[in-house]
Amino acid sequence: MLKKRLIATLLLRDGLIVQSFGFKRHLPIGRPRFPIEFVVKWDVDEIVLLDMSASPQGRGPQSDVLEILSEYCYVPLTVGGGVRSVDDVRQVVRAGADKVAVNTHAVARPELISEIADVFGSQCVVVSMDCRREADGRYQVYTASGSKPTGLTPEQWASRCASLGAGEVFLNSIDRDGSRAGYDLELVQRVASAVDIPVIACGGVGNFGHFAPGILEGKASAVAAGNIFHHIEHSTIFAKAHMLKSGIDVRLDSQAKYDNREFDEDGRLMMLSADHLAEIEFQRRQGGERR
Amino acid sequence: MNKANIVIVDYGMGNIRSVHNALVRMGSAVSTSHLAEDLLAADALVLPGVGAFGEAVANLKARGLVEPILEAVKQRGKPLLGICLGMQLLADSSEERGTSRGLSLIPGEVRRIPVPSSLRLPHIGWNSVTLRRPDPLFSDARDGDAYYFVHSYHFACDDADIAATTDYGGDVVAAVQRGNVFGVQFHPERSQSKGLALLGNFVNHVNRTCMEGAPC
Repeated sequence: MLKKRLIATLLLRDGLIVQSFGFKRHLPIGRPRFPIEFVVKWDVDEIVLLDMSASPQGRGPQSDVLEILSEYCYVPLTVGGGVRSVDDVRQVVRAGADKVAVNTHAVARPELISEIADVFGSQCVVVSMDCRREADGRYQVYTASGSKPTGLTPEQWASRCASLGAGEVFLNSIDRDGSRAGYDLELVQRVASAVDIPVIACGGVGNFGHFAPGILEGKASAVAAGNIFHHIEHSTIFAKAHMLKSGIDVRLDSQAKYDNREFDEDGRLMMLSADHLAEIEFQRRQGGERR
Repeated sequence: MNKANIVIVDYGMGNIRSVHNALVRMGSAVSTSHLAEDLLAADALVLPGVGAFGEAVANLKARGLVEPILEAVKQRGKPLLGICLGMQLLADSSEERGTSRGLSLIPGEVRRIPVPSSLRLPHIGWNSVTLRRPDPLFSDARDGDAYYFVHSYHFACDDADIAATTDYGGDVVAAVQRGNVFGVQFHPERSQSKGLALLGNFVNHVNRTCMEGAPC
């Protein structure tokens, strides 16, 4: 059976990985190599690396940086930020990316999607969509890091992308970004039912219990998050342990299993009870005496 | 013993770097080349691939690499590992975006995966495999191990050439093997520890072959 995917979204800003809040505030985490190495070891299924400085600086992704990063990435790597041409894609793929994410430049010139798909195949094109729920409750797609309204509904734009040859939709919610309120499940549902290509839900995960609804209720094929994976040891293994508990089929190769452990609402591992530890100690000593 | 020299065929559209990194990590002496003489001097070839079938074949032809690959593999018996599109290129032909002819190293055709309407294409993600011929690539793998797939087309070939399958709306060929020709539909270089183990097995197989045959 095809496993459901857990994806780490790593945001690059001026060469540093950052956490993002509402597309406005950003907290630095550090150099990109380490978060990549960590989540790869911790059973993450994919990494989406978005360079948010690229478009504002009028450039594409930096292939020299990518070449170094892809050396530590033994899971699929999607790279986005300022991708505007087939040549950009060629460079990014050569540097070690498996897929590219297009956003602003695809809205400006939708043929970009089919141009990339013609050369690299549909599976290489991920359309990244930043959506906002407006005051009247309707959804709208934004570009330029969530600053420019497009007049498109997420469903319209997603189906257009699919018909142009996009392989996946990476669906981010601007209002939920950094909110810790969970995915905007209505948005995920709407887009997932509008297209036949896989939809990746992103935006709003605040605890490890937030992933499962994205798949079970939102009908996403994959769930992504960024902020929650930083500062927590084994974060992506925790996330998968939670998904497994909810009955979702995920890949969990790591020796570290947390299926019998409890987490608090911030996703931190709860201490084992004193009784439980005493029991372990008792059994250990018994084993020792027998020897 | 000198390490066998594995050459990754560079035809301008593969995920060369990640394959290269993974092979280096598994202890292989590996280089990347688009030159016929390097391909002919190699102890084994790896044919990577991200892209569309027709374009890949056109690129191989434009660089004059079809003949050297066939000579190395058929006449000289060098092991070859095709990865993803590289595995599909081993087939006789593909129906992706019009019919194109492949390398005809393993009889069969590349067709769109016939999925029921409930399943989405491309088939993207980690899927578990069922092993049919574990040796040598899957020698330390287990039924149910998951690897990373990303494709819309599959290799329809003889049962005898299938090394592993996966389930996506029915059996889909996950790996092929015919003599010295190997192929995996998934991306071992992107399948974390299980994928790296598979590449390590290929490297070991090449080193063994090398020891038995001509000195490397």
